Amino acid sequence: MLGAGVDAAAQAAFEYGADEVIVVDDASLADYRAEPFASTLSALASSSTPDLILFPTTARTRELSAMCAVDLNSGVLTDVSALSVDGDKVTVTRPIYEGKVLEKAVCEARPQLITLRGRAFPKPARESGRAGALTKAEAKADAKSTVEGYSATEAAVNIGDAAVIVSGGRGVSNNPALGLDEKATAQKGFELIGELASLLGGAVGASRAAVDGGYITYAHQVGQTGKVVAPDLYIACGISGAIQHLVGMRNAKLIVAINKDAEAPIFTQARYGVVGDLFVFVPALTAALRKRLGK
Amino acid sequence: MKIIACIKQVPDSEAKVKVTENGQVTWGDAPLVINPFDEYAVEGALQQKEANGGTVTALCIGPESAREALKHALAMGADEAVLVSDPALNDIDSVGAARVLAAAIVKIGGADMVMFGRQTLDNGAGVTPPQTARVLGWPMLGWVGQIKVDAGSVTVERVLEEGRQTVKANLPAVLSIVQSIGEPRYPSFMGIRKASKAEIPVWSLGDLGMSAPAAAVKRIEISNPPVRETVCEIITGETPEAIADALAEKILAEKIL
Repeated sequence: MLGAGVDAAAQAAFEYGADEVIVVDDASLADYRAEPFASTLSALASSSTPDLILFPTTARTRELSAMCAVDLNSGVLTDVSALSVDGDKVTVTRPIYEGKVLEKAVCEARPQLITLRGRAFPKPARESGRAGALTKAEAKADAKSTVEGYSATEAAVNIGDAAVIVSGGRGVSNNPALGLDEKATAQKGFELIGELASLLGGAVGASRAAVDGGYITYAHQVGQTGKVVAPDLYIACGISGAIQHLVGMRNAKLIVAINKDAEAPIFTQARYGVVGDLFVFVPALTAALRKRLGK
Repeated sequence: MKIIACIKQVPDSEAKVKVTENGQVTWGDAPLVINPFDEYAVEGALQQKEANGGTVTALCIGPESAREALKHALAMGADEAVLVSDPALNDIDSVGAARVLAAAIVKIGGADMVMFGRQTLDNGAGVTPPQTARVLGWPMLGWVGQIKVDAGSVTVERVLEEGRQTVKANLPAVLSIVQSIGEPRYPSFMGIRKASKAEIPVWSLGDLGMSAPAAAVKRIEISNPPVRETVCEIITGETPEAIADALAEKILAEKIL
């Protein structure tokens, strides 16, 4: 556990099943920067010689694991969707060529560094009050940059972990009946999508077209240039289904598409489809689900 | 300002990439192109050259055919290009690629900034930029959407998943560039003519004074993803409410909520 003020997070790790938590609590790690995090983690790995270091797949951990692989003279396998363990050998499955091909690969050096795709495994049950061995370790100072400013895009958008994602595409800006301009129409569209997502305890996603159109921030983008997701339920609203979007969401367990164009490629991936206007069907679906879920 | 843009050649995004019966990746006769993310790196490099003066060198590891990707960078406006090509590079992993790129950067004569795209379309890992920074011992600035150079330092805006972070580092530095940098410029007619005549040196591992780095990561099998037997059931009905009711019923019957 690397950071500043991470005691509560260390306790959570015990409750999710960790036997030992090594805490590096240091003011120099308050702002994430690749170098001090990588140097600290590499030093810990050199002294405690683990066989395997697992990370979640995020922008940061792609960078962090990659640097540690150089430090530790090992290799890294990122965005792993499945793994099998035979003794101390781990074989991973990961998508390559935008998910058009699957690769099975191994890391023959030790430690093996692997980043796991969000929801690659079910979340373990949390056992409240569970304890374990807490070890404190030192940070290794290696700051090569300074953080001068930060502006949060918005609070708590985590489409990578969401069990349900309701996404909007270019279609959110297209509803002449509202008599609004493009941006205001899109805002209304995403309000409707947000209501459905909220009812289902899910997150709001978006296609690249919606993000490029300025209708919603990049943090929501699903796809090859955004986030690859694997929720239980993915509801695509007004998304035609460009290849880069399909790559990002086709591992969802159940895909539902709502689109005016019956020929849209999104329907080739969907289990259920509605050919129609999202401005009509999303509120209707929200109402129907609310009634059935008794909420 | 000396800038190196590291690029790669990959199958076009529209290519139907699949695995053949004898276990090779194929994309039929689809064209190989400059990795689309790397076009942003070239664009970022050219913007900095325009702002600060200097040169842009495009650098690529790949087979002889990868000259075409370098020519694209030259046609966009890069001043020089270097190809590192050696049969012994066929089985390297990303750490190995970073060691080779770092050696080539040193042989070019170093740089103030090395720019990459954020990831490639083929492997897609996005780890070569930070690994190259690590081998060089330079600061790594990832997911950069804006760049400002001032007296030996660089201040960038990083476009992260949860927000935008402004970070300052001393030069030289390695940057990975994202699309907020601006749309990559089209190759100009003059640029294309210049690129077609350009001499592109090809360096072997021997020229870099190194042998092929041993790969820790080994591919043991490739396969086509399981075909998803999806037949989309289009829900119809008399009214939107009736359709929504039927759809809600179907979703709940899947027992995933």
